[in-house]
Amino acid sequence: MAVEATEAQPLGKAVKRKEDPRLIRGQGRYLDDIVLPNMLYMALVRSPYAHARIRGIDVEEALKVPGVQAVLTGEDLAQMNLHWMPTLAGDKQMVLATGKVLFQYQEVAAVVADSRAAAEDAAQKVQVDYEPLPAVVDPFFALTPDAPILREDREEKSNHIWHWEVGDKEATDAALAGSPVRIKEVIRMPRVHPAPIEPCGCIADYQKATGKLTWYVTSQAPHAHRTVLAMVSGLPEHMIHVISPDVGGGFGNKVPVYPGYVCAVVLSLKLGRPVKWVETRTENIATTNFARDYHMTAEIGATEDGRVTALKVSTIADHGAFDAAADPTRFPAGLFSIVTGSYRFPVAFAEVDGVYTNKAPGGVAYRCSFRVTEASFLIERAMQTLALKLNMDPAELRRRNFIQPDEFPYQSALGWTYDSGNYESTLNKALALVDYDRLRQEQKERRERGELVGIGLSTFTEIVGAGPSHTFDILGIKMFDSCEIRVHPTGKVIARLGTRHQGQGHETTFAQIIAHELGLTASDVLIEEGDTDTAPYGLGTYASRSTPTAGGAAALAARRIRQKAQQIAAHLLEMAPEDVEWDGSQFVAKGLPSRRVSMAEVALAAYTNVPPGMEPGLEATYYYDPPNLTFPNGAYVAVVSIDRGTGQVRVERFVAVDDCGTVINPMVVEGQVHGGLTEGFGIAFMQEIAFDEDGNCLAPNFMEYLVPTALETPRWETDRTETPSPHHPIGAKGVGESPNVGSPAAFVNAVVDALSPYGVTNVDIPMFPWKIWEILKTHGLAL
Amino acid sequence: MDNGKRQSVTVRVQINGETREAAVESRTLLAYFIRDTLGLTGTHVGCDTTSCGACTVLLDGVPVKSCTVLAVQAHGHQLETVEGLEQDGKLHPLQQAFWDNHGLQCGFCTPGMLMTALALVRQEPLADEETIRRAISGNLCRCTGYMNIVKAIRQAGRTVAQTQEV
Ligand code: FES
Ligand code: FES
Repeated sequence: MAVEATEAQPLGKAVKRKEDPRLIRGQGRYLDDIVLPNMLYMALVRSPYAHARIRGIDVEEALKVPGVQAVLTGEDLAQMNLHWMPTLAGDKQMVLATGKVLFQYQEVAAVVADSRAAAEDAAQKVQVDYEPLPAVVDPFFALTPDAPILREDREEKSNHIWHWEVGDKEATDAALAGSPVRIKEVIRMPRVHPAPIEPCGCIADYQKATGKLTWYVTSQAPHAHRTVLAMVSGLPEHMIHVISPDVGGGFGNKVPVYPGYVCAVVLSLKLGRPVKWVETRTENIATTNFARDYHMTAEIGATEDGRVTALKVSTIADHGAFDAAADPTRFPAGLFSIVTGSYRFPVAFAEVDGVYTNKAPGGVAYRCSFRVTEASFLIERAMQTLALKLNMDPAELRRRNFIQPDEFPYQSALGWTYDSGNYESTLNKALALVDYDRLRQEQKERRERGELVGIGLSTFTEIVGAGPSHTFDILGIKMFDSCEIRVHPTGKVIARLGTRHQGQGHETTFAQIIAHELGLTASDVLIEEGDTDTAPYGLGTYASRSTPTAGGAAALAARRIRQKAQQIAAHLLEMAPEDVEWDGSQFVAKGLPSRRVSMAEVALAAYTNVPPGMEPGLEATYYYDPPNLTFPNGAYVAVVSIDRGTGQVRVERFVAVDDCGTVINPMVVEGQVHGGLTEGFGIAFMQEIAFDEDGNCLAPNFMEYLVPTALETPRWETDRTETPSPHHPIGAKGVGESPNVGSPAAFVNAVVDALSPYGVTNVDIPMFPWKIWEILKTHGLAL
Repeated sequence: MDNGKRQSVTVRVQINGETREAAVESRTLLAYFIRDTLGLTGTHVGCDTTSCGACTVLLDGVPVKSCTVLAVQAHGHQLETVEGLEQDGKLHPLQQAFWDNHGLQCGFCTPGMLMTALALVRQEPLADEETIRRAISGNLCRCTGYMNIVKAIRQAGRTVAQTQEV
């Protein structure tokens, strides 16, 4: 069944998604759906210990299992110098352990067999002799002299990885010292995992006869993965073909290169047969990159009337056994320096120290533009503490400190140039939607009746769209993105981009951008991503960068097409090109509106009747290097009540007003906001990867690692304001992550607001009912 | 435990109205029988441990998580999967409603979600929101936040109630 025809000029319209017809029929093609002739299956042997010396590995029994083809150990890889691989953060990571294991479930051996079941059977028969060592779980302990040194491979004999700082420390200290009002709050974002419903996996298919490796992989960044693989394996890059098929959610989880991928590639090279590896859920949650694990302290100075004077932040970042963050090279703490948020801090200072512990390596930007979630959480939580200290309404405190519309472009104290925003109007819209004044009145009345009711605000500013090449690269590769458009003779279009969606709807939204620029409908434009042999080079989809970068490339490539098309149109109209203009859908002779040609007519002429001397064809490629990042913002209001008998928090209302600049497709934007809010809710109330003192992962599956179901998930009320980005070709800013970045603080602020009359200023996330109940007990509030 | 010899059994099922039969290892799980043996890859595996619902199919009309059912348990029974929803080139009202209401993003949870919803709309097409949320609470979705899924199921339920076509 054909996709419904969509209207002309589709930008900004709720065009139904073009990817859905196959997905609702179960005809998506995800990684595990791909079966190649002669394919083998790989399973990994993993460490039961968080820290142990490997005395020996015996693979003999495993090799006897019928169907087993090979077992690979770290020593085998060492002979090829492949037992370590570089991480995107400039550290290195073991592929298969040699000498020591450094986290529970670490990869120790790979088994490949004719069937998935045989591989799993054999993996259980690999005998590893471990000598357990004391595990280092607490990052603060890791920095003490008593802690064992975890990374013996490093020259520095310390668990300290790096120190990063930004801002003016002296001036900040001085401003704090001189401020009449000061607050200090310890704010923790525990370890969480993105946990998309589709786990990670790959099929490595090396063909000896051609020397070409086809690598199917659940990848948010297929080109970057190709380059990394070329660097790691030594295979020439043009002989590596990466295909990222339909991806079942990513949220940052599918950005890094994982040890299992490298093992599958090595085994395929060795055996000359395709090798498939798909993670189990436990492997996904317990070993692939986690997020957060930031332990932060915030200090704010302010005047008596609530004008902020200084912000100081210090942070311990637990990276686990290897620093496998997927941050741009020059940003070991990502874009954490957005921590001044939506407010006019005259001066600020932030520092982060990265630390090794015996936990799985990371951390990725989980639905977040590189540590922006941590930064937003910190500042939005700290503003709540300040409001309490000043005894001021949190909305009023924010109003007094917002960057004003006429101050954009705004230079923040920590070095960013914010593009645009109208924070107060976004906040006002949210407050009106929730009827804030009445709500406060109701809260008063309900409090008098003994109810615990809270209202929490978050008025965050995000920073997305990494990024401009003067500042942003990953392993040296600049973070531009790209689009190639081919207009066929009949006026239909195929466009390919360097990004790779995982549910964001690019097949629709990018088609809308291009169709809009070319006077076509979205159904005229086929979008393809994820195949490195056909798509132009790009850095992929994460950090809300697709619309700011590839979306810009799409618009500009289409405008390039239009430039050439204008010449052809003039030729068809028998006029000079400057006498022809684009009216938004067609080329028209100036002053003679009845004389016009459509893009389809031009397309045909491009192959049949070009002006003399013109190169035939109608194609364009654009590599878009954005001049700046984009700064979406939002104002969220959470209303909660706490059950005094159980500690259960009920979200009574949640209003989210987002400003992501120009909206390409309001239906898709709303869907992104719903999804991000739900993940933010999970992070605030239930998602945590905790460990015991021996480094055992306490939440390695969906029984322990709780993600929201339809039952707990609140009903979201969404709206938007639209402040276009002045520098983006269509004014769009990106939205996928804002709700996840902005919402956790709103939930906590609401719970704190409910409990603040009893002296509570902070509640650690996730706010499990038992945790709240303990607080209720402490304050004599439990029923 | 494993002596290398595994018992092979013949499993015959009626799946989406068609009789299919294959010999598999007795330990084969229904999800893998459907996906790998019968080649119907619309049924997905997200956790292998009965937690996510991506593998939900109908066994004699009842939603089951096929990662936790042995293929042999389905022998002689009726199965329905996402591939059976569309009839004579016409999308099932649930499929149509998921499309109309942006009830999916990455689409990985969608087949399982559709099958759980199918059992519900057959039984109670005009179920209220709370009932719908309860019914799909065994199906995790990480993308949509469920609101549009609930909306889609309500729309489909109304269509079904009107046309009695399930
Ligand atoms: S795969 Fe069966 S419930 Fe998750
Ligand atoms: S649509 Fe992605 S998990 Fe539901």
